[in-house]
Amino acid sequence: MSDEQPLRIVIVDDEAPARSRMRDLLADCGREIPLAVTGEAASGRAALELLADRYADVVILDIRMPEMDGIEVAQHLQRLDEPPSVIFATAYDAYAIRAFEVHAVDYLLKPIRLARLKEALARAHPRRPPQPEALRRLQRAPRAFLSVPERGKVHLIPIDDVVYLKAELKYLTVRTPAREYLMEESLTRLEQEYAERFVRVHRNCLVARAAVRGFERSSEGGEAHWLVLLAGVDERLAVSRRQQHIVRELGKG
Amino acid sequence: MARSINQNAYSGALPNFRNLGVLLRVLVFVNVVAFAAAVVKTDGWRGLWPELLETSALVQPLLILSLLMLVALNDWLRRLPDYLGFLAVIALEVALTALLHKLGRPLLEPEPAPLERYCLLVLLVTAALLVYFRLRERALSPALSEARLQALQARIRPHFLYNSINAVLSLIRQNPKRAEEVLEDMAELFRVLMADNRELTTLEREIELCRRYLDLEQLRLGDRLKAEWLIERVPPGALIPPLVLQPLIENAVYHGVEPRLEPGVINIHIYGTRDRVHAVLRNPYLGEADRHEGNKMALANIRERLQLHFDAEASLTTKVQDGNYEVHVLMPYLKGQVTHE
Repeated sequence: MSDEQPLRIVIVDDEAPARSRMRDLLADCGREIPLAVTGEAASGRAALELLADRYADVVILDIRMPEMDGIEVAQHLQRLDEPPSVIFATAYDAYAIRAFEVHAVDYLLKPIRLARLKEALARAHPRRPPQPEALRRLQRAPRAFLSVPERGKVHLIPIDDVVYLKAELKYLTVRTPAREYLMEESLTRLEQEYAERFVRVHRNCLVARAAVRGFERSSEGGEAHWLVLLAGVDERLAVSRRQQHIVRELGKG
Repeated sequence: MARSINQNAYSGALPNFRNLGVLLRVLVFVNVVAFAAAVVKTDGWRGLWPELLETSALVQPLLILSLLMLVALNDWLRRLPDYLGFLAVIALEVALTALLHKLGRPLLEPEPAPLERYCLLVLLVTAALLVYFRLRERALSPALSEARLQALQARIRPHFLYNSINAVLSLIRQNPKRAEEVLEDMAELFRVLMADNRELTTLEREIELCRRYLDLEQLRLGDRLKAEWLIERVPPGALIPPLVLQPLIENAVYHGVEPRLEPGVINIHIYGTRDRVHAVLRNPYLGEADRHEGNKMALANIRERLQLHFDAEASLTTKVQDGNYEVHVLMPYLKGQVTHE
């Protein structure tokens, strides 16, 4: 055992006392399981930045955190080249506990017991990142960010910035006023997740309702059709015949 | 022992005529009857308005005079033995009817109906109202409303309990002395939370409790939580139901501070006017998304307890203004000396 690489662990919790308690407990575990706490973060965003240049085997994630919750952080962690194992920690959440059980995702209840922590660490080794499908099931609200891998890092795109999403062959183009990203996600799934935020204008395209500035008639390329004008970008996107009703619904035609 | 001031917990046949809720109920009931009478007497919409005015001219003076007399004679009437009080009120009403009939007669045009008819009507309406209040009192009898109060005892979020224990555990190794203090605070808080909270407490004690609670939350949240107290004008010795403010502050922390990255300020302003106690709580508002069922339940719970203690004289209102969520609790100013064992 002794020649084995120690388990590298990152603690993510917005509350300082909770992090310090976890450190103490991990120190206790350290006598039996070789491990090293390689980092701590007080928010999901900080955790993603930390993990970009430091590899971890296990990330212990608090669920209830500001900006983005632990479940969302775990989803973005999947974009890393080698996603770590994840152990969730939560104070009390009957709903989440049931969901964790159902989807076999590891979790700890606060106050955390040493014995439970040891078990969870033993299971997290070798590395076993959570199933994306299980995380999606655990998710309760639409994610606050979309994420793309970028040079070994996870780049976060605030969903508020997204003007449109367009499916092209294998990839999905995410357009913000600043730039374009390519990611592998299903347009249909995003449409379900953000049903309130985006509206479908075409078989392969969702636009942010808030970004719609108006519509314009065009007869380019033969048949006359509508184009949607968007705030923040110069492009005009075609509205398909099937989705024409949105021109009237959004009332800006 | 603390004095029980549950206003519904009196025994006797008569309602408390000095209670705003009782007065309102009388006003509404009598006016509905008057309206019904006007509808019965006219056919079609056209005649209804004049008829309504005429009925009003007869009913309102009697109603107002009656209420004034009942308010004035309240204590005396309610000291009378059971059915004597009942009869006394009916006698009073009939006498007032006769008096007004005599005085008002020259003013009324055309000639009003004979006195006996009015007396009979007044007698029926008064008896119906008294029976209604009797039944209502029975429905809200001490046993029943106490049971409801017990069921409504404010419950702290399990989330808070477990997080606090976790925070104490974190202190034990590094700062045992601080851990002791925190456990003392927790004990204090849970003593109140688990106590029999059907009796009123003083506003000062509730404020003290809220401070202990905020100290505990501060330990977890550190600089992210800021509390601003504006309590120079707290009415001294005001009696309020226990745990009216603490759950509101807990809500403010849970919904207004915890979900934020930046520090959040909770503003607590408590002041008194001559006969009212106001508590206004403000916290940053983060949109409807996070304001889920738990909050609504806590508010409904407090509202119902306020109603059981104060009836229509207390209220709880919420609004969103300038990016802040605001809760305004209004209670009657009851002064009292509460001695806790």
